Amino acid sequence: MKKRSTFLLSVLVFGFAFLYVPILSLIFYSFNSSRLATIWGGFSVKWYGELFENDLIIDAALLSFRIAAVSATFSVILGVLAGLALSRFGRFRGRLAFTGMITAPLVMPEVITGLSLLLLFVSMEDLVGWPNGRGVTTITIAHITFSMAYVAVIVQSALSGMEENLEEAAMDLGGKPLRVLWDITLPLLTPAMLAGWLLSFTMSLDDLVIASFVSGPGSSTLPMVIFSKVKLGVTPDINALATLIILAVALGVICAGLIMRHQARQKYRL
Amino acid sequence: MSRDVTNHKLSTLSSGSLVKLAGDVIGRLIQRNWKRLVLAVPLVWLLIFFIVPFVIVLKISLAEGMIARPPFTPLFEWAEDLSFTISITFESFRFLVTDDLYYSSYLNSLLLAGKSTIICLLIGYPMAYGIARSRSDIRGILLLMVVLPFWTSFLLRIYAWMGLLNKNGIINGALLSMGIIDEPLNMMFTEGAIYVGIVYSYLPFMILPLYATMEKLDESLNEAAADLGGKPFTVFYTVTLPLTLPGIVAGSLLVFIPATGEYVIPALLGNYDTLMIGRVLFDEFFSNRDWPVASAVAVALLAFLVVPIMMYQHFQAKDGERS
Amino acid sequence: MTEFKKPIVGDRPAFDSEAEPFIDIQGVGKKFGVFTAIDDISLKIYKGELFSLLGGSGCGKTTLLRILAGFEKPSKGRVIIDGIDVTDMPPYERPVNMMFQSYALFPHMTVEKNVAYGLRRDGVSKAETRERVADMLALVEMSDFAKRKPNQLSGGQKQRVALARSLVKRPKVLLLDEPLGALDKRLREHTQFELMNIQDKLGITFIVVTHDQEEAMTLSSRIAVMDKGNVIQVGTPSDIYESPETKFTAEFIGSINMFDCQVKESGRDHLVAHCGSLGQDFHLDWGVAVKEARQLWLAVRPEKIQITRQAKAGQGINELPAFIHDIAYMGTHTIYRIRLANGQILQATTPNLRRSSEGERNLTWEDAVFVSWDPSSMVVLMK
Repeated sequence: MKKRSTFLLSVLVFGFAFLYVPILSLIFYSFNSSRLATIWGGFSVKWYGELFENDLIIDAALLSFRIAAVSATFSVILGVLAGLALSRFGRFRGRLAFTGMITAPLVMPEVITGLSLLLLFVSMEDLVGWPNGRGVTTITIAHITFSMAYVAVIVQSALSGMEENLEEAAMDLGGKPLRVLWDITLPLLTPAMLAGWLLSFTMSLDDLVIASFVSGPGSSTLPMVIFSKVKLGVTPDINALATLIILAVALGVICAGLIMRHQARQKYRL
Repeated sequence: MSRDVTNHKLSTLSSGSLVKLAGDVIGRLIQRNWKRLVLAVPLVWLLIFFIVPFVIVLKISLAEGMIARPPFTPLFEWAEDLSFTISITFESFRFLVTDDLYYSSYLNSLLLAGKSTIICLLIGYPMAYGIARSRSDIRGILLLMVVLPFWTSFLLRIYAWMGLLNKNGIINGALLSMGIIDEPLNMMFTEGAIYVGIVYSYLPFMILPLYATMEKLDESLNEAAADLGGKPFTVFYTVTLPLTLPGIVAGSLLVFIPATGEYVIPALLGNYDTLMIGRVLFDEFFSNRDWPVASAVAVALLAFLVVPIMMYQHFQAKDGERS
Repeated sequence: MTEFKKPIVGDRPAFDSEAEPFIDIQGVGKKFGVFTAIDDISLKIYKGELFSLLGGSGCGKTTLLRILAGFEKPSKGRVIIDGIDVTDMPPYERPVNMMFQSYALFPHMTVEKNVAYGLRRDGVSKAETRERVADMLALVEMSDFAKRKPNQLSGGQKQRVALARSLVKRPKVLLLDEPLGALDKRLREHTQFELMNIQDKLGITFIVVTHDQEEAMTLSSRIAVMDKGNVIQVGTPSDIYESPETKFTAEFIGSINMFDCQVKESGRDHLVAHCGSLGQDFHLDWGVAVKEARQLWLAVRPEKIQITRQAKAGQGINELPAFIHDIAYMGTHTIYRIRLANGQILQATTPNLRRSSEGERNLTWEDAVFVSWDPSSMVVLMK
């Protein structure tokens, strides 16, 4: 027994080291004043300054944030509708096909999704004149399409975990179906919607492949700019950018953790 | 109800009541059809932006390439006399079969993805087991630590490995300064680097479903098996492993499917000899601008992945029913 | 809690064939795919009754309750409440409210908001809502918790809120799904009497689903015993206990000893039946309309059995020699398992009237005894 647990412990230590050493190295070297990773040139924040003077990166970041916020919002709306249909409408005709359509984008290789959406946009432009060229709109649509699947799955699992009788109780007390949806189901889905929004936002911010396919001239997202920069090699200002992103994520996660802990404590305070 | 409405209409026909009447009718229509509306919106969206694109990919893979914009011949054409012609060519697919490049890159992708999946499983399984068996107060933190990298940029995490594996990167620097090696190791732009990248990126996808099945596992099952005389390995092999099989299947598919079509990892960490289909497709499309061939590559890739994707969906559906 | 259940005032409408039923369930059946949840049930329930649907899991009692609430549409039959056919009426239009087994309190609303929800949906004014909610919370003694959220309440408190929420709309019928199921034993007993008090005060018709026979016995004015989607017997608690009509009812409620018999003599005011395996005749001092030689079961409840060391002088009716097989001391009473000549085990209970365990009988294992019971104590079970 003892032997096995030391084995498990060492695997855990090795595994987490594997997961975190690269990230920590990024943070560490973002403060290295030397351009070379092998040489420690002393502590410096100059790469952060350089990052904020790089208009290309700043513009791309702003564009990416905009796309991420819009696509996350629409993903949540569509995903909630899809999740509701999947778990609250019982068995309807074509349910299996619908489920397949919802979950397929989750596992579809990005290159295929990107290529197929680009070809759609090109064909649509040919046929109906819209979208006129590719750019922010087409990237947003693409991101909504794959993010809504994630939201739908999150919402579906939240709904199946929800106490079954709540909606019936509301209906029994005189709430018509839509009213019950608004009064009971949606408020109780808030955590799932929030999680879905954050996930969609992150995935949109992170997407390189699909955006590369469906973007047009003048609409380079942050990952596209980073990719074109790092293809040429390690650059310290990207280290700084990575550190900022990691910091933001860590902060977000800590906040979420605190909120959850607060709620849990409230729950057991009788 | 309808009689009510008629009476209402007959008695007063003031504009106010007409507005109210219209409101009533619309309200009732929504009340009656809201389920259809709720279903229709995502359905229509997915039809337009998910299903139709595949049909178009299929269509273009059957078209002929040409130097134009868009760079392919139209598949359907309305002739002057309104007769309808369809021109299909299997040229692109013939090209795929005859050119060694595609054949070997498909094979290579599947092989790379498969091996990476196994490595992920070998690391992820004991990790998930260790987390599930850890004290309950640190279990949440460990789990969070698995998820956390997933929320940070995928691209930047691959980039971090560039800094580590580089010829004058951190690992070489450390090894050189400790005197273990005399000259820098060539780690970047190798197949090994691709493995590292894939395992690193997809490890959380392996751990999470495994953890989910292990969490539900009752510790007393192991104890019962041990009590009945099972040696630790026998207990693992006869009790734990079969019960965690759903997690193994889900995790493996979640790693294998996206890894097969991976583009960023081979593009940043791999060399040009290691062909992966995602990268071939990307280059075919952006560098060669051969849309029909790129489409054919996509169709073929999808054909390879249909079985694992269906497996995953089947598994998901079963899991949904259970919960 | 000295106030016990009052009998239904004046006449008992359930036995008055002229009375209008308040809830009329007419030939209702429900199928889920190939599974028959309810086969064919007809029931008449009267105003002001506290009516229990009693049965094991899967007997269809919850499905019947959900049909009454409107969550399920019956595959056949009609449901009429207070003269109105509600079969096709959606739940939100029915004059019926339900208290769920899980209580189903809305976790994101305070106690007050939970109770007010139904009134607000009916468009009751804010002022009136406030007043009625306050009254209702006072009735269930939860006024101090009005601002709490459900997850800050104990199980018993949640139960009271759920009750208040389902009563505040003054429904014609209150449906209760295992109302005491989630409470611990002590709280159960207390709540049982409270429920009856409230029902008495408000005069609302209650329909209770339960699998707990004791709960059904103490709460109800009448009980419907259900099995496999059918109602087996309907009657007052004492009807059900003292005069079960079938083996199922007899065995489901309490314990009972049964003898496989053949009718020997059937008269207007008596019945004699012979139990072949015991070689013994049993006597009833009331008549049953059966033909001679018919197979039937005679049954006797454990507490009706007397245990004596000596045979009673000169009688010998319904008296058998036996041995004490096993003894279980239960505090309030003692259960004896008694072995008859043919090996059949009878169960008999005697109250422990004295404190001393050294009672006058002081029976112990393998003692030879006689068991006997009054001819009026036996019941006839045809099936």
